[in-house]
Amino acid sequence: MTALLTATPAAFTTATVDVVALLPLLIVFGGALLGVLVEAFVPRASRFQTQVVLTVVVLVGALVALAVGAVNHRGTTAGTAGSDGILRGAVVIDGPALFIQSIILLFALLAVFTYAERLGGVGSDTFTPMGAAVPGSAREAEALRAGAMTAEVFPLFLFSVAGMMLFPSAGDLLTMFVALEVLSLPLYIMCGLSRRRRLLSQEASLKYFLLGAFSSAFFLFGVALLYGYAGSVYLPAIAAAISSPVAGLGGLLVPGILLIAVGLLFKVGAVPFHMWTPDVYQGAPTPVTGFMAAGTKAAAFGAILRFFYVGVDQAVWDWRPVLMVIAALTMVVGAVLSVTQTDMKRLLAYSSIAHAGFVLLGVTAVSRDGISGTLFYVLAYGLTSLAAFGIIALVRENGSEATHLSQWAGLGKRHPWTAGVYAFLLLAFAGIPLTSGFTAKFAVFAPMLALHTAGSTALVVLALLCSAITVFVYARIIVLMYFTEPTHDDVAVVDASGGTIATIAVGSVLTLVLGVAPAFVLNLAAQASQFIR
Amino acid sequence: MTSFVIPLGEVGATAQAATGITAYAWLLVALPLFGAAVLLLGGRRTNSWGPLFATLMSWSAFLVGAGILVNLLGYAGEERSRSLHLFSWIPAGQFQVDAGMLLDPLSVSFVLLVTFVGSLIHVYSLGYMEHDPDKRRFFAYLNLFVAAMLLLVTANSYLLVYVGWEGVGLASYLLIGFWNWNPPYASAANKAFVANRVGDLGMSIAIMLMFWQFGKTDFASVNAAVGGASQGALTAIGLFLLLAACGKSAQFPLQSWLGDAMAGPTPVSALIHAATMVTAGVYLVVRSHAIFDAAPTAQLAVVIVGAITLLFGAIVGCAKDDIKKALAASTMSQIGYMMLAAGLGPAGYVFAIFHLLTHGFFKAGMFLGAGSVMHGMNDKVDMRGFGNLSGAMKVTWATFGLGWLAILGVPPFSGFWSKDKIIEAAFIGEGWRPWVFGLVTMLGAAITAFYMSRLFFMTFHGEKRWPKDAHPHESPSLMTVPMVILAFGSAFLGLFLALGDRFATWLEPVVGGGHGAEHHPVLPIPVITFGTLALVILGAGYAWLRYWRDQVPKTAPAGSLLTRAARQDLYQDQVNEGLLMRPGLHLTRSLVYADQKGVDGAVGGLAALIGGTSARVRKIQNGLARSYALTMLLGVVVILGAVWVMQ
Repeated sequence: MTALLTATPAAFTTATVDVVALLPLLIVFGGALLGVLVEAFVPRASRFQTQVVLTVVVLVGALVALAVGAVNHRGTTAGTAGSDGILRGAVVIDGPALFIQSIILLFALLAVFTYAERLGGVGSDTFTPMGAAVPGSAREAEALRAGAMTAEVFPLFLFSVAGMMLFPSAGDLLTMFVALEVLSLPLYIMCGLSRRRRLLSQEASLKYFLLGAFSSAFFLFGVALLYGYAGSVYLPAIAAAISSPVAGLGGLLVPGILLIAVGLLFKVGAVPFHMWTPDVYQGAPTPVTGFMAAGTKAAAFGAILRFFYVGVDQAVWDWRPVLMVIAALTMVVGAVLSVTQTDMKRLLAYSSIAHAGFVLLGVTAVSRDGISGTLFYVLAYGLTSLAAFGIIALVRENGSEATHLSQWAGLGKRHPWTAGVYAFLLLAFAGIPLTSGFTAKFAVFAPMLALHTAGSTALVVLALLCSAITVFVYARIIVLMYFTEPTHDDVAVVDASGGTIATIAVGSVLTLVLGVAPAFVLNLAAQASQFIR
Repeated sequence: MTSFVIPLGEVGATAQAATGITAYAWLLVALPLFGAAVLLLGGRRTNSWGPLFATLMSWSAFLVGAGILVNLLGYAGEERSRSLHLFSWIPAGQFQVDAGMLLDPLSVSFVLLVTFVGSLIHVYSLGYMEHDPDKRRFFAYLNLFVAAMLLLVTANSYLLVYVGWEGVGLASYLLIGFWNWNPPYASAANKAFVANRVGDLGMSIAIMLMFWQFGKTDFASVNAAVGGASQGALTAIGLFLLLAACGKSAQFPLQSWLGDAMAGPTPVSALIHAATMVTAGVYLVVRSHAIFDAAPTAQLAVVIVGAITLLFGAIVGCAKDDIKKALAASTMSQIGYMMLAAGLGPAGYVFAIFHLLTHGFFKAGMFLGAGSVMHGMNDKVDMRGFGNLSGAMKVTWATFGLGWLAILGVPPFSGFWSKDKIIEAAFIGEGWRPWVFGLVTMLGAAITAFYMSRLFFMTFHGEKRWPKDAHPHESPSLMTVPMVILAFGSAFLGLFLALGDRFATWLEPVVGGGHGAEHHPVLPIPVITFGTLALVILGAGYAWLRYWRDQVPKTAPAGSLLTRAARQDLYQDQVNEGLLMRPGLHLTRSLVYADQKGVDGAVGGLAALIGGTSARVRKIQNGLARSYALTMLLGVVVILGAVWVMQ
């Protein structure tokens, strides 16, 4: 108990806040609050437009602030880790945090256009006009007639983005937990707001919420154990406690680490905490799925890196074997289960599980190369995912999304461009050379091989085998699109707005660029690969 | 990482920075790639001039290649390895990968083969594909293939080779399935894809092992580091490289796709599945000579694979009535020769590549001849419906005849110079090996003589067995001119390169050995040469008896057990099915009560096995949130329990 007492400050001191470094976060939070006001006061006729413009302006503004701040910040990143950070270490803006924040902003900027896709209607085509109405009820029909729309997804979206940005830069476990909830709660709601197949969507939302709450409980329990061990939730303090252990408390450390890991691994969909992924990916509105696949994964891997590398890196021998086993399981389950999927979104869900396993290889390497490989991987995977889900949202049969694989048969004949781009994105998921998927796999396998242990090499070989399995899965879809006769005549690619097209185009082009000339981004990731403790 | 001067390992030659035209070697890849991009992105607007443009790009690449040859010939032998740094490709921490090219006698030989034969086949296709509505796409794919193949052979690291390797696979896949309105054709493309993926997996594992062992994958560093690596690691790398080579070069046990690949248009069969892509495996083995020289077990495996495939292809070739499939079997068998030679070590490398070059000419020539025959016979491929075409198609007959003499190894035609040397090299060594491998190559030569003569006689001689509506005619000169040029190659290239050991001297700085053989075969050389010739005459004579003098039945007779087996490709599909697909399907059926077929109904082979497991595990995913939560809880308990037990 004495440790607890000395940790409490004698008097309340003013916290120093580096506003410039926090500006991107503040802009996004502020924008989200502004969005709530817009929802309340702007007339219905112009509300949707206002929200979209506001969201885009906020995201661009945050990106600019980040770019300016990042330039100024470079010295700190390269310097010694003596700084207390901001808010006395509650939020740390260092290389990995900046990298993840900027890619999340980029993802958000791309995703917002798919959210805003109207396909000629008044509101978003993706979201139900009234989320509160029971599916199929008179009230729903009434809302539809009245031209209601769910423009509140945009402030929700911004809150989620802000949470994702905070997650990897959290310097203590409580801030990390707050960020986790801030990013998750809006996502739970957005998952349930699909315009079509609403029951499936609501089911997904509820499941995600229940299981998410379950995993949060594990996380909090882990935090409690680590607090008991170290007397602090501040990551550097935990690290310090591990290097000079107090006798009698050793039993709290490893369970604490692993329980926190459960909460974090849940978010990336690692086995055995992956069960929600296929159901939620399938049920959620497709733009939400795309954003979730890209953004949540990036944010969660950022947080995983920070927790394991800053907080408990001294205990690496305790947690690395566990993470390696989980990585192996995740790759195998993701790859094998993707073989029998018949729904496009479920298939990509399992693919995302397999990818999470590959990224975990970078995490378990515990080296600067591991960090930069992980950073690069989440960027590459996110861009490809956004473009792929962007395309899935456009392939429709009688107005609703054609997600069953059989509906994609022969798509290459009628829509050669769409099918061609989608095939390319699948090749990127498969990790064929000259796509970002190849570079990314390389970037996480290489640091793993550099460990030069039998276990790490075996894991890389297993990863190669799993990649080979997934290639069959993706190739099957390409064959389906190009070499199979169409069975559903009504399936067509709808005419999308310029925004959605731009999202798909940017995602695909960057997927190519990161495969052909990734040196610039890899160097950037390498420069960013230093945490501040 | 921009060091240009890098040691090339034990052989002694040092790669120096490229100068002169060699500094523009990137044009080799860029020109055809540009052609493909213009045709694919240009759409219908390029329909009229696109094919010509593609052909022009291919010839331009050839000119660049010829320029590089002249440039390299200006240096002394040891200085003919030139490196060209392109850009820093993947700087992932301590693993730096630069994209660069290596222009040395080995790669330049390939460049010239690919661009020259490739360009001729572009010209031929102008005539052959004239009436195809999708001509533009075809030429775009051809250009894409040439670009990828040139990248494969000029790359300076295994990783970049892998890029080209996947690229040629993709182009091959697109071209086999080019006429994909025909379902069997599309499924042939799939089969090629699967077999190639197995090979590619071998390649990627080999590359990862190299990273693990050497930290680098460029040829120079790998060759230099081989000396310090353990025997086990080298053997493993060698075996995985061999697996890769087997997939790409249709070698045993991954050979089954080549025959089906003949579904593609004939120029494709000539270019990709005879002259260039399928020989990439041989290139890979020869390029990795440092690894194989240091890993005798892997080397022996190469020889064994080559020997098996050589006989396998030859036996299958004897029973095929489809002219293209017979030629495909022959390709398989000839690549078996090359593979065997490549496995013989320094004594064989030169001859492997030598045979590869001459084979590129005569086999491409014969495929084009087969295409010309099909062109005149309404796209019929059954040789039992041909016969006595020599009168109707004189140019085709003459050019095909030269190719036939070359593959038989009749002096002084090209095949004699290369194949005879391989047979001699196979007889070098101690113990049982020279006898087994030497005799296999001789036996192979005899069978080759039989089936190639059978093919030639059944098509061009004997009596007419044409269908009623056939009016065979000679093909247009756009098609015959390339055939004539290739026939010249079939006739004289071997002699030209063999005179004064020209080719061996040229290649020696890269692979060593070969020149001025210090080894002696276990049999005197004249005995080998004349023995082989006698066997060849015997084989050809027997074919003359049965397929020229005697009547050839229009429908195939039942045949002996071996014939029937050979017609079925020695049951390779059945074996694949029995070993991989059936157990997989049974497993699936027994595990899953609701037998769900794959969406496209094409769950096959290994996929069924994985699919079975997949379907089983999928049942856990039952959609109930409570069981998901239970799984999570179990996961936590197991993890904590395991850690607790371990501590």
